Amino acid sequence: MTLGIFLLLAVAGGLGAGTRFVVDGLISSKLTSALPWSTVIINTSGSLVLGAITGLVASSIAATDLGPVVGAGFLGGYTTFSTASHETVLLIQDRRYGIAFAYSVGTLVACVALAYAGYRWGASM
Amino acid sequence: MFHPGAQRAATITTVVVGGTFGAACREGVTWAVPDLDQLPVATPAVNVVGAFLLGYLYVAVTHRLPGDPRGARLRLLLGTGFCGGFTTYSSLATDTVVLLDGSHTDLATIYVLTTLLLGAVATFAGIVVASRAHARIQPGQEETQQR
Repeated sequence: MTLGIFLLLAVAGGLGAGTRFVVDGLISSKLTSALPWSTVIINTSGSLVLGAITGLVASSIAATDLGPVVGAGFLGGYTTFSTASHETVLLIQDRRYGIAFAYSVGTLVACVALAYAGYRWGASM
Repeated sequence: MFHPGAQRAATITTVVVGGTFGAACREGVTWAVPDLDQLPVATPAVNVVGAFLLGYLYVAVTHRLPGDPRGARLRLLLGTGFCGGFTTYSSLATDTVVLLDGSHTDLATIYVLTTLLLGAVATFAGIVVASRAHARIQPGQEETQQR
């Protein structure tokens, strides 16, 4: 990886974080629920697309330089583990154990399943 | 006073700047820390450290700068921006898929469940450490000896 690609990746990560902030604001303003749906939607959609890109790189369709910039860069910045973890702990502190479990395990299963679907699709191209 | 549109742009820019540094740091760790056999090490390390930092940050800001607009900006820059850009859920999911695709089902299961559990423990630890560190300087408690 060259310095140029590294810098592009970092800026793409910043834009991903900015996109997450805007999407979060849009979803949070429309949904009021104990379950943090905006983070669910952000992390699942990002996992689906990263799975697809990883599959496309594996089948040599996507360029190996573009993969990291969009994947580790944009989607890495767009999705977030720290917020998901923080929201889980806040739910536990509120003694909403069922929702905390459903949220953390549900997000994990959904993200892996969607990333898998995306990966199979990309690798089959 | 700022125009609301300009203020909104400044808010988003704050997140973008934090996210850029977060993603750069994550990529730096990915470079420096090689996979252990087939097991990814950099992504879980980044995620657990970021989870601790976010837990710490939100409590520290609440204690240190209650109701202060600088606190809100710090949350956006370091929390939503840096920690959000530093940590990643999509790489966690895709790392797991690559392990599953290589028939390393046991490794994949251990990888995701350990990350999830350590992440929650790290967030909780961040909250506890920040609560203890910053509770000592609550107004009226400065320099007083508890007996």
